[in-house]
Amino acid sequence: MDQTQTGIAFEHNSAQQPASARSIKMAARNVRLDYYNERIGQLLNVLAGIDLSVHTGELVSIVGPSGCGKSTFLTAVDGLISIDDGEIRVDDQIITKPGPDRAMVFQNDSLFPWRTVLQNVTYGLELQQKMPRAQMLERGRALVELVGLQGFGDHYPHELSGGMRQRVNIARALAPDPQLLLLDEPFAALDAQTREFMQAELLKILERTQKTALFITHQIDEAIFLSSRVAVFSARPARIKEIVSIDLPKQRTLAIKLDPRFRHLQDHIWRLIEEESAQTGMHNHA
Amino acid sequence: MHEDKPSQPAARRQISLWKRREDFFLGLIAIVLFLLFWETSVAQGWIKPLFVSSPSRIAKALAMMIADGSIWRDLRVSGLEFALGYGLAVIIGIPLGIMMGWYRRINAVLDPFVSALYATPRIALVPLIVIWFGIDLPSKVAIIFLSTVFPILVSTITGVRTIDRDFIKVARSFGANDRQLFLTLALPSSVPMLLTGLRLGLGHALIGIVVGEMLGANAGIGYMMSLAGATFQTDRVMVGLLIIAGSGMLLTQGLRLIERRFEMWRVDNRN
Ligand SMILES: Nc1ncnc2c1ncn2[C@@H]1O[C@H](COP(=O)(O)OP(=O)(O)O)[C@@H](O)[C@H]1O
Ligand SMILES: [Mg+2]
Repeated sequence: MDQTQTGIAFEHNSAQQPASARSIKMAARNVRLDYYNERIGQLLNVLAGIDLSVHTGELVSIVGPSGCGKSTFLTAVDGLISIDDGEIRVDDQIITKPGPDRAMVFQNDSLFPWRTVLQNVTYGLELQQKMPRAQMLERGRALVELVGLQGFGDHYPHELSGGMRQRVNIARALAPDPQLLLLDEPFAALDAQTREFMQAELLKILERTQKTALFITHQIDEAIFLSSRVAVFSARPARIKEIVSIDLPKQRTLAIKLDPRFRHLQDHIWRLIEEESAQTGMHNHA
Repeated sequence: MHEDKPSQPAARRQISLWKRREDFFLGLIAIVLFLLFWETSVAQGWIKPLFVSSPSRIAKALAMMIADGSIWRDLRVSGLEFALGYGLAVIIGIPLGIMMGWYRRINAVLDPFVSALYATPRIALVPLIVIWFGIDLPSKVAIIFLSTVFPILVSTITGVRTIDRDFIKVARSFGANDRQLFLTLALPSSVPMLLTGLRLGLGHALIGIVVGEMLGANAGIGYMMSLAGATFQTDRVMVGLLIIAGSGMLLTQGLRLIERRFEMWRVDNRN
């Protein structure tokens, strides 16, 4: 396996098993969440009963109208905000706060500008204080290499391009060896060409590290290309409108975007979102 | 800087010295021309030397003060006042600013006092300080301290307070506790503001020296200047002015060098 080649130890999971036998990594059941708006003194219902599960080793995308609650849901899975009803389980444990089994890749990369690439990547490990410094640095270097940034470990974030910064962002999330990666529109700020390249890179990285991922995007083609299933959220308050299975070959190459089935799925998901956007008068999802 | 491609420094070396340091040379020429103009207008009798002295007279006065050794005593006295007052302001201002920026309750308690004192012109406190500390070293230190501590304090508070919310989310997501949040986020991200505060404080400290010594002293640059002023020795006043301005520039440059070390990563705050 590639892990030995890159020198990074990642916990193995059951990705090699047939899909039917796979365990469930993340299960959200009837998740409800309200924001309290202090200015108008009212509760805003954002999530109105989300049911969604993700199998181990799977990448599930979430799409939906702008402001429907996608980021809110992902943040709740990460444990940064608590939910008001229902439950979220990861490896069968109910989530109440952030934990090392999950890691978030935020949209605006939020790399610490005063830390070098390597220091950014090892940030989570530093906080955990679980391994000696030498081992931490070794793991950090291996991850920098894994995301294709060998030679840039000592650079500062502002010296990197947008694509490179997102690679660091992903490496930083991978460092504490989380089992579930939560990615919130990680490629939204990249130009089209870099984005396509990063999509392919992400799939490689996930395969190599055997991670499960929940991926928010507003690009329908990105969702289809990356995922085995796409969850379409309704307008706010969000429910699951439909979960679309992506019955395309497991090996994804850019050529797949020319497949007629790809176009078909694209049209289908676009229509679903359009229905929801029309309800709220929002047309800015794509 | 870091944006430069590796190939550029080599190409740069071929550009003439003038091109590379054009701003520096232009500034230098401007100063030389100004000094010439100054000297000539006094020599030609266009302006009385009593008002503006002249470069050569200032140089002569300086030479005399060095020869009789009085300047060293003045420098030593003012330097000590500065070191104590500014040092105290740093030692108290930075930790206090960090506490006030980080702990809402501490801030709520202290903010009324800080705001009131910050809004008061420090010079208005001088009579009180004289009553409390007399006119010897302690009163000068107190004046410099009070002039300096507020810019440092307020900048530090702002620096700690303006942590990017996204950074906090990242840290929390990695399971950071409050102590770690403070050490790994609040401290490093407030460094630029903190340095700005130190630089602002520097200017105020120099004002403090002059103000403090003018209200009565028996040595110091400010004292020397006020004494010379009272006896119409414009040349000596100008020497004092030069020393104050020169040390201000030197200290500010020193701080800038430190700031530049941090600017490596500060650059991206622009976009
Ligand atoms: N911290 C917050 N406090 C109050 N309302 C919020 C907060 N964050 C997001 N919202 C609101 O919740 C809704 C969902 O936001 P979000 O989850 O970011 O949507 P999405 O990621 O799908 O675009 C929006 O209407 C937004 O204005
Ligand atoms: Mg969002």
